[in-house]
Amino acid sequence: MQLALFIIFGLLAVAGALNLLFQRHPINSALSLVVVMMSLAVLYWSLGAEFLAAAQVIVYAGAVMVLFVFVVMLLNAGEEERTHGSRVAYIAGIPGAVAIFGLLTYVFLRSKGGLGTTQIGGDLSNVSSNIRDISHMLFTSLLLPFEVTSILILIAILGAVVLARKEV
Amino acid sequence: MTHFSPFLIFLLITIVKIAVVLVITLTAVAYTVLLERKVLGRMQNRWGPSRVGPFGLLQPLADGIKLFLKEDLMPLAVERPLFVLAPVIALACALTSIAVVPFGAPAYYKGVNLTQISDINIGLLVVLGVTSIGVYGIALAGWSSNNKYSLFGSLRATAQVISYELALGLSLVGVVMRAGSLRLRDIVDSQAAHGMRSWNIFGGLQILAFFIYLMAAYAETNRSPFDLPEAESELVAGYHTEYSSMKFAMYFMAEYANMITVACVATLMFFGGASSPFGHLFDRVFSFNMHSLSGILLSTLISIFWFVFKVFSFIMLYIWVRATVPRFRYDQLMGFGWKFLLPVAMANILFTALALTFFGHSNT
Amino acid sequence: MVPIAYYLILAAILFCIGIAAFLIKRNVITIFMSIELMLNAVNLTFVAFAHMWHQVSGQIFVFFVMVVAAAEAAVGLAIIIALFRARQTLNVDSVNLMKN
Repeated sequence: MQLALFIIFGLLAVAGALNLLFQRHPINSALSLVVVMMSLAVLYWSLGAEFLAAAQVIVYAGAVMVLFVFVVMLLNAGEEERTHGSRVAYIAGIPGAVAIFGLLTYVFLRSKGGLGTTQIGGDLSNVSSNIRDISHMLFTSLLLPFEVTSILILIAILGAVVLARKEV
Repeated sequence: MTHFSPFLIFLLITIVKIAVVLVITLTAVAYTVLLERKVLGRMQNRWGPSRVGPFGLLQPLADGIKLFLKEDLMPLAVERPLFVLAPVIALACALTSIAVVPFGAPAYYKGVNLTQISDINIGLLVVLGVTSIGVYGIALAGWSSNNKYSLFGSLRATAQVISYELALGLSLVGVVMRAGSLRLRDIVDSQAAHGMRSWNIFGGLQILAFFIYLMAAYAETNRSPFDLPEAESELVAGYHTEYSSMKFAMYFMAEYANMITVACVATLMFFGGASSPFGHLFDRVFSFNMHSLSGILLSTLISIFWFVFKVFSFIMLYIWVRATVPRFRYDQLMGFGWKFLLPVAMANILFTALALTFFGHSNT
Repeated sequence: MVPIAYYLILAAILFCIGIAAFLIKRNVITIFMSIELMLNAVNLTFVAFAHMWHQVSGQIFVFFVMVVAAAEAAVGLAIIIALFRARQTLNVDSVNLMKN
């Protein structure tokens, strides 16, 4: 059951990521990234992180990516053109990415036994959930980082307003 | 049915539930349109649709046939795949969030709850998430149409929906704090104790949150007085200017399905869901035998009746507001959302938290 | 029963596609999106390890990453809008005023 979920949504995520890479138009890339994020939300759920799954859909797919689509629409960005700089990136980028992937996969497969397996962790239809644990930890031992992030968001809002304003 | 495995029974009952709820919702959508046209007509001193069938009751059917049989125009300049995909996203998202709504008191058949399609412990977040995905339907419609009116309509709609989503989410936080759960069934149960007195809007002192929710919900569903995305005096028809036939009908259905969803959530969060406004008064009068089939059936039907009645009242309120309040200007809309609703929602969270800290969770 | 290693490998695939997209793409918005893809891949790793150790701290880390990513998206897109106003282009190769 969980293996089927993993295969379906893992493949969907990889397909979405590849589509992001191959599409020329930014809006198609943005939509394929939304597909990646939604399938990652399902994978989070299957790992027992249902709050994160919901936050992924609401924050990432529902707010951040809508902002991207909004900006693409606002600037009326067309298809990207290939320029000279991209040829260097092809030569250096693709082997580099493949090398990093090979290294990571080698390490993970070497220690596969030590990492263990997952239980189907979504207690999504149970009464208990890990939201209580998360919020307890967030508001007791991790209170300072939480407050710091809220200040960061405040600064980000001010920065965004200042930067996007028409006349400086 | 003994030779079926429990999973198969669960699957079959769930599919039947989905089919029934979908049919009822779509019928309700069709008749909400008729209700709006009739009531709006009466409020403007005219009759509304009255020719098709008795009192115009077959009008939705005629509209459906008309839209279905019209030619499906595909303008040459549109971005084809996204143009087709956009109404599908809008309608699918509008209908999906019904899945977590509990329609009545729980009634079990072979261990499966019949009055709710799916009872999950983050139900409220699922509703919010699905609604936030629905924005893509509008944004992509405007962009893929390659039409300046569509683009302006969808830019307005997207900005409006993102802005008001914050106020909408924050207005529900007080309720969630009172119930201590994100599960919609728990939220309803926390208000069921003493009838109207224990509803969140009255007993829970969430009346401010309710008004924030109401206004944010009007903006979220692009309904008047916040229907700027489809302001016909400026933008022809807004983001669905280029759409015709069934694709237009899908946007139309999505708008009304969203209205029903928002009314359902308001009922669940602030008005005690399927619980009776008179508490257990009727239960004592009729003294249902909860071990007999007829007793269970009757009490479930009564709870569903209360739920439908509350949702219906909200839809009437929607229509009433549409007939009464003129449209906002765009800067007024944004200022209202960010400078008024958002701070008030935060203050409401603060006061609810203080009240819960000092008076405990048991205040009704 | 899926080995945790498979989740990690999936995250590695997504991360490397993100790197490749970051290097190959010329549109600044798409480059920004590939950064988000890499962040998502790292988030999946965090959730998988949180599941492995039966602790919620990994999930809280993901929560913080999401918050920071949202702030980053707001500022980044504001910079992109300002850039477009100044240069009328989104191609990173033609934003070379400081070069040479």
